[in-house]
This record gives sequence, structure tokens and C-alpha cells, in this order.
Amino acid sequence: MSVHTPHPDMPPPILNVGVLGWLRSNLFSSPLHSALSLFAIYLLYLTVPPMISWVFLEATWVGDSREACAGGGGACWVFVKVRINQFMYGFFPESEYWRINLAFGLLIVLAIPLFIKRFQSKGKLAIFILVVYPIITFQLFSGGNFGLTHVETSRWGGLSLTLILAGVGIVASLPLGIVLALGRRSKMPIVKSVSVVFIEFWRGVPLITVLFMSSVMLPLFLPEGTNFDKLLRAMIGIALFQSAYMAEVVRGGLAAIPKGQYEAAEALGLSYWKSMGLIILPQALKLVIPGIVNTFIALFKDTTLVLIIGLFDLLAIIQQAFADPDWLGYSIEGYVFAASIFWVFCFSMSRYSMSLEKKLHTGHAR
Amino acid sequence: MADEQRGVSEPAKPALWRRPAVRSLFFQLLLIAGIGFFGYTIFQNTLHNMQQRGISTGFGFLNSEAGFGILMTLIPFDETYTYGRTFLVGLLNTLLVASLGIIFATIIGFIMGVSRLSRNWIISRLATVYIEVFRNIPLLLQIMFWYFAVLRPLPGPRQSMIFNDTLFLNNRGLYMPSPIYEQGFWLVVVALLVAIVAAVLVARWAHKRQEATGQPFHTVYAAIGLVLGLPLLTFLMMGSPLSWDMPVLQRFNMGGGMVVIPELAALLVALSIYTGTFIAEAVRSGILAVSHGQTEAAHALGLRPGPTLRLVIIPQALRVIIPQLTSQYLNLTKNSSLATAIGYPDLVAVFAGTTLNQTGQAVEVIAMTMAVYLAISLSISLFMNWYNKRIQLVER
Amino acid sequence: MKKIHVIASAVALTAVMSSNAFAGATLDGVKKKGFVQCGVSTGLPGFSSADEKGNWSGLDVDVCRAVAAAVFGDAGKVKYTPLTAKERFTALQSGEIDMLSRNTTWTLTRDSSLGLNFAGVNYYDGQGFMVTKTLGVKSALELDGASFCIQAGTTTELNLADYFRANDMSYTPVTFDSSDETVKAFDAGRCDALTSDQSQLYALRIKLGNPDGAVVLPEVISKEPLGPVTAQGDDEWYKIVRWSLFAMLNAEELGINSGNVDELMSSADPNIRRLLGKEGIKGSGLGLPDSWATDIIKQVGNYAEAFERNVGMGSALKIARGQNALWNKGGLQYAPPIR
Repeated sequence: MSVHTPHPDMPPPILNVGVLGWLRSNLFSSPLHSALSLFAIYLLYLTVPPMISWVFLEATWVGDSREACAGGGGACWVFVKVRINQFMYGFFPESEYWRINLAFGLLIVLAIPLFIKRFQSKGKLAIFILVVYPIITFQLFSGGNFGLTHVETSRWGGLSLTLILAGVGIVASLPLGIVLALGRRSKMPIVKSVSVVFIEFWRGVPLITVLFMSSVMLPLFLPEGTNFDKLLRAMIGIALFQSAYMAEVVRGGLAAIPKGQYEAAEALGLSYWKSMGLIILPQALKLVIPGIVNTFIALFKDTTLVLIIGLFDLLAIIQQAFADPDWLGYSIEGYVFAASIFWVFCFSMSRYSMSLEKKLHTGHAR
Repeated sequence: MADEQRGVSEPAKPALWRRPAVRSLFFQLLLIAGIGFFGYTIFQNTLHNMQQRGISTGFGFLNSEAGFGILMTLIPFDETYTYGRTFLVGLLNTLLVASLGIIFATIIGFIMGVSRLSRNWIISRLATVYIEVFRNIPLLLQIMFWYFAVLRPLPGPRQSMIFNDTLFLNNRGLYMPSPIYEQGFWLVVVALLVAIVAAVLVARWAHKRQEATGQPFHTVYAAIGLVLGLPLLTFLMMGSPLSWDMPVLQRFNMGGGMVVIPELAALLVALSIYTGTFIAEAVRSGILAVSHGQTEAAHALGLRPGPTLRLVIIPQALRVIIPQLTSQYLNLTKNSSLATAIGYPDLVAVFAGTTLNQTGQAVEVIAMTMAVYLAISLSISLFMNWYNKRIQLVER
Repeated sequence: MKKIHVIASAVALTAVMSSNAFAGATLDGVKKKGFVQCGVSTGLPGFSSADEKGNWSGLDVDVCRAVAAAVFGDAGKVKYTPLTAKERFTALQSGEIDMLSRNTTWTLTRDSSLGLNFAGVNYYDGQGFMVTKTLGVKSALELDGASFCIQAGTTTELNLADYFRANDMSYTPVTFDSSDETVKAFDAGRCDALTSDQSQLYALRIKLGNPDGAVVLPEVISKEPLGPVTAQGDDEWYKIVRWSLFAMLNAEELGINSGNVDELMSSADPNIRRLLGKEGIKGSGLGLPDSWATDIIKQVGNYAEAFERNVGMGSALKIARGQNALWNKGGLQYAPPIR
């Protein structure tokens, strides 16, 4: 009597598992795909190694003058290193850098609880950040009170100016955008058409012309003798421009709220503003946070245009450094540096917005 | 009688100012008055300020001689033409770069969007890297990068790279022969038109036949044959009524032929690569929005992957893609105004730049420029809305 | 129709009335603000440029400082607005800046229809060409068919067109927004020649990758009198700017400079005494303190000092006085007498 021993399982074909299997199913599944893969690998071979060697391997990192870079075949990061303070803080007096650091440090500290799940009063904190924090930041930047020396806006610049412009654009455009979005959904024909015309006008013109208008033509529109700061004028232009985009984002959120919510609010006898403020907007705004982050990213990139009206944002101040006779010919390093800063900011924000979108989506998927 | 009415007391009529209709009317009138007053004040202020400072007003300047040259013009232009003409020149250049940019960005976007969903690991990774890198860097930076990156390595006019003795590439641009139409060429154009009409008719007939009998017909090959063959035949029969104006090296530059200037090339590359990332994302989300069951059903019906994509997936995905595509087209058109940074003579660079500065009439010039962009934006959205309506799924 | 007439005349009347009110408004405004808002270039070595700390210097900047010295007795009371060539006139028209000192050419159109007043000439310039040496060009007349890098919004654009039209030659303009980009494009070989005011050509040449590879051609194809500008409609302010410049020129003519001005306070020369506010009309005609010219000379210096410091042989630009010498030394600089 023989015991039945099952024949041991054959191992899967060697081409279907492990590295080879992966390669086969992901890179060489058909002749066309094989050709494409080989072509892509060749492209990578052509571009990646020289780039890495320029950026890292052969680059010059140490030194504090042009001479340090004389022999190197790669990038001259000394150029960026020497001017890094200017790129970050603009023409801000060196002794006052702590004020900018404090302002942005404060923002980070304030924003941390927003990411902690168990923290309860997120809404209140968000309102604090949107309303009180800008005032504190303005005091820190501009000075003049509390024993801080006054720093004129013409000395603001660099990355801090870029952040300020984008931040002001968002904070100022949010309330206006909400009003416009409500107006566009209003039943009153005149309110509705005014909102539509306003929104479509600002969305239809390029930011360059808006900036130009606000920087040089705005004083012509105002009564004689009124005059205000160039930076402020640029901010007004950006805020108006941005509010149209913000309105469209908020409108998307309003449209996503089920009709029952509107009806329920009405049934409770709430007035229009109460039903909006207490029922609809809190839900709608939560829904559109990813959209707001996306508009912020777009605005953050668009702030580079202020260089055309003579404000020194990050890109403008880097370009201005190219003109320094001591550092001629290092513009590629400057551009790469600017690009990587913008990229890091935008990429991380877009990732954040995506994760938010996923998180918020689960509850509302129908 | 009196007893019957007790308890069913008529609701008290609200005071006049509490009635919703009255309030809404009042509020709207207030809004109109506010806006009217605001507009009037601004208008008055501007008029007053301009008179005060002796700034000339009106559109008379459009008829005076411009007196400056422009790098690239699609219509005849030299210093003796008017400021009004500079407006046209700039407008045409803007339209040129915007329409070419829209075409290239769409092609790049569709290829990259589909690639990102490819089963080929390295291709989908590359597409992802492309999208994530280029959409997170400001466009202005990209334009400057491409301009100087394209310009630096190119040789001077005397050391041009020559392809096939007809194409010349140097740091002044890409020079190509330009066609000169001779007598009888119009017949070729007529033949082309006839061929296009015929192709459309064939396509209709084929479609009808397929609906009726199920027999497919290779419309594409027939159409290509018609559109290429008929004009070619006419062309040869007329004895090749076309000659070429070849670019020749002169003392400084190439003369004759057509030229693609590096400013245009850099702007186009930057605009289409940047906008392409957004279109790729739109395409990807559109395809993902089509439920997988559709693909499986198509496969179950025996459709091969190609027709599945073409006949089942894309038409449904387009409904999601089109609205996003519209806003990207609008963005591209508005972004083309960044041309001013690298000296491509678009509307903002020529008209809102040089002309504004030579005449000093900022209000008129900026108003005209804004009106043009508004008109372009409106027409793009109208067209895309119409197209979107046409392809909307008709729900029964 | 009648109504329109009434409205039109009302508008005209208010305009007339308020333009009277406008006279002197700038000086009052400046005094109230406590500083002069001066429009300068975004960076042109020798004329107006900022260092790493944001301090401005240059020949054009010195005019702003002279005006501040005349008004406040303190040359430091100036705030600078960097402007591109495109923005400059609108900024002045809109009242964003009190005066413009940004190597701006005085022309009939600008003086008559842009609402501007040119207060004088602080630098006599002319348009020239810079080409690469390898081109082997000796004269601008050999440049038929060449491409030119130009800065947008300048008279340069117009002069170039005129010159080539007059000489029946063809050219291709490549126009950029800022002088930096213009130089960069020229450096990259986008054009055969760069054209600009001659003073600028020398300044821009330093910025080339290989400055010795380029030459400035001898031809000067235009007159470019560069000077400070004020908005039309305020004569008092216009005269202050005008005479601040004249004070610097007169000081040079009389041999007064920042070093010897204190000693010369006790000079017996009536010309010197009048300039330094010891006798004659003093500052009252301009609505300024009597020490206005003294303050300019003390803090900014006379024209020769400003010239040497910023663009002259002692600077990186090394430009000779040439036509910018005083009239009695073979140049064109001539200021009306102070008496």
C-alpha cells in the first residue's frame, strides 16, 4: 500500500515572477512597449547623469567669491549662497530679519493644530489665522509701533514678498469671493448679473494687464491727491483678480451641498444670511478647501509677474543679482534655484490638497 | 358669520419694508445706485486728473504714424504705418501664438495623460515626472529658461545648421523656403476644397451603410486618398504652378524665405509644455471617470483595445475633459501675454508696451487691450460650450 | 444738446478752477509727506542703481537728492521708485512720483502731449551702436540688414527706424522690456548690434560675458538731451526742480564745491554771495529757504563732482566730460545766472 504523496507544486514559470516577471509585465509586455521602454531608458541615460553631475558632483559649494568657482565644471552654488539672505528677505535691514522669521514661525506654530485630528476648535483657529494673524504680520513687517523701526515696503522683497503677496491675495479674496459666489447664485436678477459680469471680467483678462492697471493707472481713477503705496496697489489688483477665481471655487462648493440643506434651513425660518452663515457656508467651505489650496498654488506661481511692475519678488531679486558685475554669467544657477524653491512649495501644497481631497471625498461620495 | 371667521384670522400683512419682494427690489436698486455712483466718480476723477495734467485723450492717436519697427509681422508693416496698425499686428501675433499653443498643448496633454495610465511602468513614471515637474514651476521662469536655453547653444547665421539645403537653423531662427504661388495655383486650392467635401460625403455614406448593413468601410484611407490625391493630381496637371523662395545668407542675416523666430519658438515650447501638464491631468481624470465596466463590456463585445479607446472610452471621457480643457485654453491665451518678457511682439508687448509708451495714452491703450482679451476669452468659452453641448450624452 | 453743453462747460470750469488750486500742490504735498518721491531706473550703472543694501546712487539720483536738499535741507529725504521705461510717464502723470529722473530724453511729443515738463538737461547724450568685434564693422552705415537689440519704450526705437529709413537700409528690431534682457540677448548672439544711448552702451558693455569682444561704433545718430521731468500744471514745483539743477551747474561755474563752500560763505564775490543766499532774491522766489543752494552744494556737490563720482573718469564707466563740459570749457552745459 503506497501512501499517496501529492506531486510537489511546480514553481511558477520563471518569466512570471520576481524581477523578470515584473520586467516582463511592466516594461516588455509587447514589442511596442519594449521599444518604448528602451527608448525611454536611452533618454534617461542621455539626460540624468549629466544633470546629476552638474548639480551635485562637479558643483562648487564652498567659498565666498567668484574665484572659488573658476575651476569647477558644474554649477556654482556659491553665487546663491552669497546672496541667500537677499533672496529670502529682499532689501530688509539685516538687523530686522528676526521679524520676518518670527512672522513665518508664528504661522507654522499656529497652523500645526489644524493638522492634529483631536484638536477641537479648528474653525476658530482658522478664523484667527485669517483675521488676526495678517494684522500681526503686517505690524512685524512694517513696524512703526511697539518700538519696532519702520521698514518701507520698497525694502520688502525676495521669497518673503512672494509669500506675502500670495497670502494677501488669498486672505483678501476669500470674503469677496464668497460674496460674489452667493451673488452669482442669487435669485435677484441684478445682483446675479452684476456678479456674473464682475467674475467674467476679471477671469477674462491677463494678470499682467491687471497689475499694470493697478500699478500705474489706479491713481488716475482716484480723487486727486490720494495716493497709496505701490505694493498695496499691486495687492489690490491681485485681490480683485483672485476674488473672481475664488468665487468660482466657492460656487462649486455651494452647488455640491444637497438641496435638502437649503430647504431645511428655510423650514427652520432662518433668514438668508443666517441660513448661509450657519448651515450652508460652513459645509461648502470645508468642501472647497482643496480648491482653495489649488488657487493658492496658481496665485503663488503668478506672483512672479510682479517683476514686470518693478516689485522685487523672488524671481525679480534673483534676476537683479545677475546684473551684479562680480557675478556675471551665473544666471542658470539662479534660475535653477528659483525653480526648485517654487517647485518645493507648489509640489508639497498640491500633495496636501490631493490628500485632503481624498479625505473629504469619502463622506460625500454618492 | 362673525363666529365662523374666528380662529381663522387672516395672517397680518407684513409691513411694506418687510416684504421679500420689496426688500429685494430696494436692495437691487441700492446696488445699481452704488455701482453707478462708483463708476461715475471714477470716470469723473480720471477725466479731471487727465485734464489737470494735460494728458491727451481720445482715440485719435490710432491714426498717427507709429515710427518704429516690429520684429515679426503677419501683415505688411513698417515705420510709416499707424498706431492702429500696431494694434492689429500685435493682435495677430497673439492669436498666432495662442492658437498654435492650444494645438501643441492639446497634443502633448493627450499623449501624456494617456501615457500616465499606461501599463508600461517606465512610460507612466516618465509622464508623472513630466507633469509634476512642469506644472509646479512658474510659467514666466519657464519662458525665460527656454528662451535662453534655446538661444545660447545655437550657432550664428554664418555657421547655420543646414538640413537638406532647405532648412537653416541658427540663433536668428529657423529659416524655411516660402512658397510662391504662380498662375493656375488656384485650381489646386479648388481641388482641395472639392476633395474635402467629397471626403465628408464619403464618410456620411459609409456611416449610413455601416448602420444599415454592419459592413465597415475604411473611411480614413479613402479620405486621405481624396484629400491628398486630388490636389496633387491637379497640381501635376497644371504643370507644378509653385516655386520656392529659398533663404539665402546675406551679410548679417538670412534673407528671403520664411522664418520662425526663437522668441516664438521659446514661447510656444513653454506655453505648450506648461499647459500640457494641466491638460494631461484633465485627460487622466476624464478617462478614470469612465467606469471600468465600460471597458470590460466593450472587450466582451469583441472590440479590440484600439477601437475600445476610440469608440467607447474617449467619447465618454470627453464630457469630463471638455470643461477643464476650456479653462486651460483660456489660461493659455491669457498667459501668452507673458511674451513681453522675452520680446515676442504680441499685443501686450507691442501695443500695451511700445505704443502706450510712445503715445502715453495709458487708459485708452489698456482698455483696448483688456477688451481684446475679454473678447477672445468669451469666444473660446462660447465655442467650447457649444461643442460640449453637442457631445453631451443624450439621456433618454 | 444743450444739456451736454452745460455739462461740458461745467467740467471745463471745474478743470480751470482746480488747475489753479493745483499750482503749488506738489510742494505742499512733499513738505507734508516729508520726502520727495523720485522715479528712477530699475538699475543703470552710473545714472541710477541700487547696491545690495538698497541704497541708490548715480547722476540721476543726485538730481533727486539736490531737490530734497533744496526743499528740506537734507539730501537724504528722498524715496525712490524704480520704474521701467514703459511705466515712467504714467507714474508721473498719475502723481505716484513727484519727479522723474530716469535718463529721459526731452522731445516735443513728450513735452507737449504727455502732460510733462522737462526741467532741464543733466546729461547730453546721443544714440550709438555696439557690435561684436568679429563682425568687422567699422561704421553704422555698414549695418544694412542687421538685427538690433533694443529696449522697449524708448526714443531709441524711433531713432533707429528714422536712421535706417533716411539711409535707405533695412533692419530687424528685437525689442526687450529691460536693459538686462537686451544685453543678455546680445550676448547670446540674438542680434548683430545693440543700440542705445552712448552713455548706456559703456555701462552695458561691462555686463557682457566678454566686454573686450565688443566695440562701440563712432556714429551718434541722434540728439538725446536727458533730464529730470515733472508733471505739467504745477509751475512752482517745476521751477524748484529746474533751479536745483541750475544751482549745481552755477556752483561749478563759480568754483564752489562741497569742500570749499563753508569757506566761500564769507566770499566777497557778489555772484557767489547770491548763489549762497547772502544777497539778492535768495530762496523766496522759489518758496524755499535761503540756504537752498548752499544745502545742495554741501550735500550733493556741484555738477562736476556729481559727474566725476558717478560716470566720470573716477567711476567704472570712465566717460569723458565731452559735450557735458561747461559752456565756457567747450561743452553744452549752460545755466542761467542767479541774480
